[in-house]
Amino acid sequence: MPWLTALLALPLVGFVVLLAIPGRATGAVRLWANAVLLGGLALAAPLWTAFDRSAGGYQFVERMPWIPSLGAQYLVGIDGISLLLVLLTALLGPVAALASWNAIAERVKEFYAMLLLLQFGMLGLFLSLDILLFFVFFELVLVPMYFLIGIWGGERRLYAAMKFFLYTVAGSVVLLVGIVALYWQGGQQLGRATFELTELLRAQLPVETQRWLFWAFFLGFAIKVPMVPFHTWLPDAHTEAPTAGSVLLAGVLLKMGTYGFVRLSLPLFPDAAREAAPVLAVLSIAAILYGALICLAQQDWKRLVAYSSVSHMGFCTLGLAAMNANGLAGSVLQQVNHGISTSLLFLLVGYVYERRHTRQIADFGGLAMVMPRFAFVFAVAVFSSAGLPLLNGFIGEFTILQGAFVVNRAWAAAAVGGIVLGAAYLLWLYQRTMLGDLRNEANRELPDLTAREWATVLPLLGLAVAIGVYPQPWFAVLERPVLELAGRLGR
Amino acid sequence: MSHFYTDVDHFALLPAILLALFGCAVFLFDFLLGERSRRWQLALVLPGLALTGWQLARQGEIAPFTAFHGALTIDAFGLFFNWLFLLTAGLVALLSYRYLEVEQEHQGEYYGLVLMAQAGAYFLAVGTELITIFVGLETMSISFYVLAGFLRRSRRSNEAALKYLLLGAFSSGILAYGFSILYGLAGSTYFADIAAAVGARPAFDPLTVLAILTVSAGVLFKIAAAPFHMWAPDVYEGAPTAVTAYLAVGSKIASVALLLRLFLGPLGTARAAWEPLLLVAAVVSLTVGNLAALTQTNVKRLLAYSSIAHAGYLLLGVVAGNATGLRGVAIYAGAYVFMTLGAFAVLLGVHGEELGDLNGLARRQPAVAAAMVVFLVSLAGLPPTAGFVGKYYVFLALIEAGRYVLALVGAVYVAVALFYYFRVVRCMFLEPAAEGVARVGLSAGVRVALGVTGVLTLGAGVYPEPLLQWAVRAVLK
Repeated sequence: MPWLTALLALPLVGFVVLLAIPGRATGAVRLWANAVLLGGLALAAPLWTAFDRSAGGYQFVERMPWIPSLGAQYLVGIDGISLLLVLLTALLGPVAALASWNAIAERVKEFYAMLLLLQFGMLGLFLSLDILLFFVFFELVLVPMYFLIGIWGGERRLYAAMKFFLYTVAGSVVLLVGIVALYWQGGQQLGRATFELTELLRAQLPVETQRWLFWAFFLGFAIKVPMVPFHTWLPDAHTEAPTAGSVLLAGVLLKMGTYGFVRLSLPLFPDAAREAAPVLAVLSIAAILYGALICLAQQDWKRLVAYSSVSHMGFCTLGLAAMNANGLAGSVLQQVNHGISTSLLFLLVGYVYERRHTRQIADFGGLAMVMPRFAFVFAVAVFSSAGLPLLNGFIGEFTILQGAFVVNRAWAAAAVGGIVLGAAYLLWLYQRTMLGDLRNEANRELPDLTAREWATVLPLLGLAVAIGVYPQPWFAVLERPVLELAGRLGR
Repeated sequence: MSHFYTDVDHFALLPAILLALFGCAVFLFDFLLGERSRRWQLALVLPGLALTGWQLARQGEIAPFTAFHGALTIDAFGLFFNWLFLLTAGLVALLSYRYLEVEQEHQGEYYGLVLMAQAGAYFLAVGTELITIFVGLETMSISFYVLAGFLRRSRRSNEAALKYLLLGAFSSGILAYGFSILYGLAGSTYFADIAAAVGARPAFDPLTVLAILTVSAGVLFKIAAAPFHMWAPDVYEGAPTAVTAYLAVGSKIASVALLLRLFLGPLGTARAAWEPLLLVAAVVSLTVGNLAALTQTNVKRLLAYSSIAHAGYLLLGVVAGNATGLRGVAIYAGAYVFMTLGAFAVLLGVHGEELGDLNGLARRQPAVAAAMVVFLVSLAGLPPTAGFVGKYYVFLALIEAGRYVLALVGAVYVAVALFYYFRVVRCMFLEPAAEGVARVGLSAGVRVALGVTGVLTLGAGVYPEPLLQWAVRAVLK
């Protein structure tokens, strides 16, 4: 059965069908989009059990000629790393759609059309094993996200949408030149032109070539992550995006950058990557500390969550910089963790915003008294994000630190500082919004979480606890690909 | 020379003859039948194009062959470009129908001139003799001079025509001067003889260099590449929109065919002399086109500057100097036809040319706005569109040639271009419409043109193999 193709095609078919539904029938549009995305989750979830953890290489591989004269194929497949990210995407898609049920009242059909197209692009990226196909999906997600921010975003949406778009494209055109050069160099070595990842991995590129290509790829992926100093698009885009946009942006789109490192940069250019490791580590630590410090100064609830992504993605890239099994496995797991906990935070900020139409931290305080269930969920989200033991964030960060510690103790020591700062700004945020007296009368009548809102946060809460309490199954999935990659990197 | 005029000669000329014949028929019917004929002109133009297509297909069966002792070379290259001309002329004719009615300039000459211009373009793609080429170029250019001024009551249109005429005539003169030097070198106007004469001299022979300088000036003017691009923004903006589309696509692509014929044919051995010239022209075109487009508020003018930038990418393919580069030029030319005609079809469909006219288009006509996004994404060069495939090949050619810096420069300008193309998207989707703007019904012609260009732009991006195969055959020498 062409399982992965079905999974990939579902949102695209859903998109095409959605275009045929009249725009006035907003109920039908909402139902259809939610049904399609839930169907995608139902289709993706069994991959978890069907996936053979003991087998190496890629599984469920499907191959079709696409552009024979270039040697590009439609080639999809998953290993443990992409499995986790595909599942994360399949989960966050319906969560984002469900969270937008009431929040999006304008241009409903266009909104869900963009959501479905985005889902198609995101899934395609994690499934591709052909580099040209990968690049097509890398670019494909930009247009729907541009519209999500630009049409349904906050006050400065036009600025934020364009900034996001231009930043990412500026990086990805350099990535494109890198891909073309890799295709050419690899083709010379292998004697035939191909974009197939496993084929290109066989080419022995000279270090000099690797170096150029690594930094070209680096620019594309580092802007996407984003790593300091390319992070300035992030706070604007995340803050201005509608809740669904923020969830998918933080939950999935950022992972495209780190995934690009894991899937392409590190295995294809191992020698150059090893050389670059200190630079990556320093940039990561800078992101961890700088992002956390900026969070301490934020007045805007959503902007604080946005900046926290800079800091947390710093951990993911630090794990990559360690380039050993612990660092890599921790990094991938932390990508999933960040997708869960930051999505929770963005959802909750979104729900408060829907009720109060303000995001200023100063407008809140004592919400725990009027919205106890909300406060509970928010507490779990904050603890998960801060890396409290028994929740998912802890195990990810801990493994990354283990990996970094072996390579360079100073890296680990500096990053621990980031954890302390992270706990500080997150707990302080919790204190200022949830605890204390109910200072603002406007908050007295706020309703607690509705059933629909519960439905969006429960699966994420469950995962946060499950990963935190018993991380073994997640590492088991990652073990083989991570060891293989670490072997390639000589660590 | 036993035969002065053979069947093969006739066969080689037939497409041009048909185009000219139908063009004259349009003039004549308009003259004889007057007002009544005007509704039926399209019924005369489209069969003319269909017959031309039939002849091109027949030529394709026995190509390559030469005619008139080598003055015409009917090969895959020439046919490739002629099919593109045919597609262009057909779509322009469809697009013009309602437009001319609205502008109240529904005159018979219009369609006749469209066909005449294509007849001239025919020789640019298949001509391998200087006089033939020059006559073809002038037939095309004179048709365009008239077409540019077709809105007689519009001052801008008249200004555009006059500017184009004066500068165009000047550039033709320079080109003719270059041709005369080539004739002086070879004592013949046939490409084969010129190639031998130029090949016998060093690349930097003063006369060869002088010929290259003058010929490139003339050709670069026609493809609107810097530093001979000055006319393009004014003429594109002032000319009737349907004519702008024809000028931006037909004239440019025909001149690219001419450039390839000249520089890879008789001047091929002097590559060392002309390559730096084209390289500078390409980089300056990219820079001028992309940077000047950033601040435009008139979409026609914006597309004019973007077309200068596209000329830069086409030239980069030539500069790369390998087979991939030539393929890249052919693919890029095809993609350029699809996406540029599509973008102009949208402008004609909404009867607007200022950015503000597009405000709120997504609300009024979502399908048109969505199509425009596809064209703009393609013009910028992002996947999965035809424009990406063209750019991909150009970059690949540059990298194969070891010109990494040029590839990077070209790539970075993609990001710059995206900024101005997405200003248009922003107007359509993110800005509210002005008060009282009504939804404009699309004419059948615009619908067809949008459909065809949309499917081709997206189709050639998602599944580029047929276009690649076709282009590969075209430049196989």
